[in-house]
Amino acid sequence: MTATLIQNVRLLDPATGLDQPGELLVREGRIADLGTGLGRPDGADTIDGGGAILCPGLVDMRVEVGEPGGEFRETVASAAVAAAAGGITTVAALPDSKPAIDDPALVRLLRARGEETGSLTVLPYGALTKGCRGEDLAEIGLLREAGAVAFTDGARAIGSARLMRLALTYARRFEAKIVQHPEEPTLAEGGAATEGELATRLGLPGIPPEAEAILVARDIALARMTGGAVHFAHVSTASALALIRHAKEEGLFVTCDTAPPYFDLNETAIGDWRTFAKLSPPLRADADRQAVAAALLDGTIDAVASDHQPRDADDKRLPFAQAATGGAGLATLLGVTLAQVHGGALPVIRAIELLTAAPARVLGIGAGTLAKGAAADLCLFDPERVWQVVSGNLPGRAQNTPFDGRALEGKVMGTWKAGRRVFG
Amino acid sequence: MAPPQKHLLAIEGMYPPQIAAYLDLAESFVLLNRTGKTPRDRLRGRTLINMFFEDSTRTRVSFELAGKRLGADVINMSVATSSVNKGETLLDTAATLNAMNCDLLVIRHASSGAPALLAQKVEAAVINAGDGTHEHPTQALLDALTIRRRLGGLQGLTVAICGDVLHSRVARSNIFLLSAMGSRVRVVGPPTLIPPAAERLGVEVFHDMAAGLDGVDVVMMLRLQQERMTRGLVPSAREYFRFYGLDEAKLAHAAPHALVMHPGPMNRGVEIASTVADDPLRSVIREQVEMGVAVRMAVLDLLSTSGANQ
Repeated sequence: MTATLIQNVRLLDPATGLDQPGELLVREGRIADLGTGLGRPDGADTIDGGGAILCPGLVDMRVEVGEPGGEFRETVASAAVAAAAGGITTVAALPDSKPAIDDPALVRLLRARGEETGSLTVLPYGALTKGCRGEDLAEIGLLREAGAVAFTDGARAIGSARLMRLALTYARRFEAKIVQHPEEPTLAEGGAATEGELATRLGLPGIPPEAEAILVARDIALARMTGGAVHFAHVSTASALALIRHAKEEGLFVTCDTAPPYFDLNETAIGDWRTFAKLSPPLRADADRQAVAAALLDGTIDAVASDHQPRDADDKRLPFAQAATGGAGLATLLGVTLAQVHGGALPVIRAIELLTAAPARVLGIGAGTLAKGAAADLCLFDPERVWQVVSGNLPGRAQNTPFDGRALEGKVMGTWKAGRRVFG
Repeated sequence: MAPPQKHLLAIEGMYPPQIAAYLDLAESFVLLNRTGKTPRDRLRGRTLINMFFEDSTRTRVSFELAGKRLGADVINMSVATSSVNKGETLLDTAATLNAMNCDLLVIRHASSGAPALLAQKVEAAVINAGDGTHEHPTQALLDALTIRRRLGGLQGLTVAICGDVLHSRVARSNIFLLSAMGSRVRVVGPPTLIPPAAERLGVEVFHDMAAGLDGVDVVMMLRLQQERMTRGLVPSAREYFRFYGLDEAKLAHAAPHALVMHPGPMNRGVEIASTVADDPLRSVIREQVEMGVAVRMAVLDLLSTSGANQ
């Protein structure tokens, strides 16, 4: 492979705190050098970055890739197209597929499917319980050996305290993190929206926001008791964040992420029965949205993940209470996160950290940095360029975006996977 | 000189000289057993009752044989045929036994502490043959005798007890006995099968077999009951064997002279590979059974002649 010199960019690497104008040299699929005045090696291609930001390829720690069993909604190949357009080069894939990723062979299959795309590393989560049924622990040790990056039942909460205790205890041996969907299942059952005035006006069955804090509080106590590591996915309420903040101060192995809808949208987005905005957990009152946005800055939230949940028309063109939950998120992950930067709430280096080094740290993987010698997974984006999110025109297969019609500032100009340009 | 014991209920609390006395006497019975010249008049006229509230073959047979080789009258009561199933309480059973003038009572029970309760109420010397997840003292004694004969002593050895320590009475008795006799004890197993506060018993805890077996003189495997998997403490037999089953690769971390032990019955391919279990150079599993009879003879002998039972 020949060398490529990406010139005239703002190098941004939150892992090292680097933020300066310069250039970056790619050779043999790796970052050979970066900085200023590198000179152009013989035969190297050059790319003019036009002053845009060059950062590590984004690491998206919560993605449903559609395989196996949901190929009519999304495939690894179509998700890879959407990811590349969104600047994403690594995803952690949820295991609550059909069948669930509860066998080492399925972990290897998903990893291989990622490699086949040439543009996206797929790191499968292992099912925490067999079949993600929430009954018996899956083969955490064997799944970990096969390459499972962490363990979860996906969109299904571990409701049993005994099971969660066993999981946190057993997984310690394999240094495996447990990812929880923090929603007390008996309170959430049958709900379609956050309990409150809006749900009451719309006549929708509600899920009390406390369903989140209750499970978070329980699991923090279990993490303290077992010494295990728990990660709360898509945290969406102020009270859960307060508990997590306190647990971190205490030094427990507790981390969390959120997804763009929870700091960018509030429950009013479901007005007019917009089922694309029906998510799990449901969109919250604006006070909770503000608390989530604040927690991005203060470090309570470790990472931002797209929580990409591909749904097709048949899943969503239903009366609201019957419609499936979930929103497509790969293509809009960067743009919606940058909206916090443009709103003045978040420095750009922190925004990019939440999308690169921070999720890599949570997952314990080497991606998400511009280190010399690292794989050249890169994202070049113009933070000022405006584009409009239009359902139907999104890259990839899934079109169920909760941000339909939204104008976003910040567009991906190029994505590189191991030195090869896969977008732009 | 340690005081004579009236019962053998637990290893915990025993003094090293008391333990050594059982082992020394058992040592002499080993030779007598091999030559077939056991003193059949030793317990003549004494009555030994085996009361097994839990199924057991090898321990019951071992006690029965021990009693008979010393000339005792041995009676086996199994739960299926006893009045316990008709609703009699443990203390009613004790009163019945007293009326029968039983001298030695061997009891196995699923509840921790049941032999101790019985010992308060019966006149016989009570021998705990395994109570719940508490203790199994004669197993620890026979394990100690096996090690002592093979390695010359117990002082300064490092012993790894591996597997389901949480539910194991064998593990508890061995931890107490080996620690008392100057061995260093490690417990090795998945975190779900190691009891909380295990360190407080004076053992080192490992969750990785390679680290736990590193340089040890003795590897004691424990039986993994199928029930542990149905209750979700271990995901599957194949995963258990991969990480905790003793095979040649894992055993290679132990000292070259290390002994392999198992209280039986074994689950081959779950906690132990046949190549290791049947290795004549490393495995002393069959020898443990032989030592079991000798140790139980010594226990019956010492308790019947103990000043505390005269």
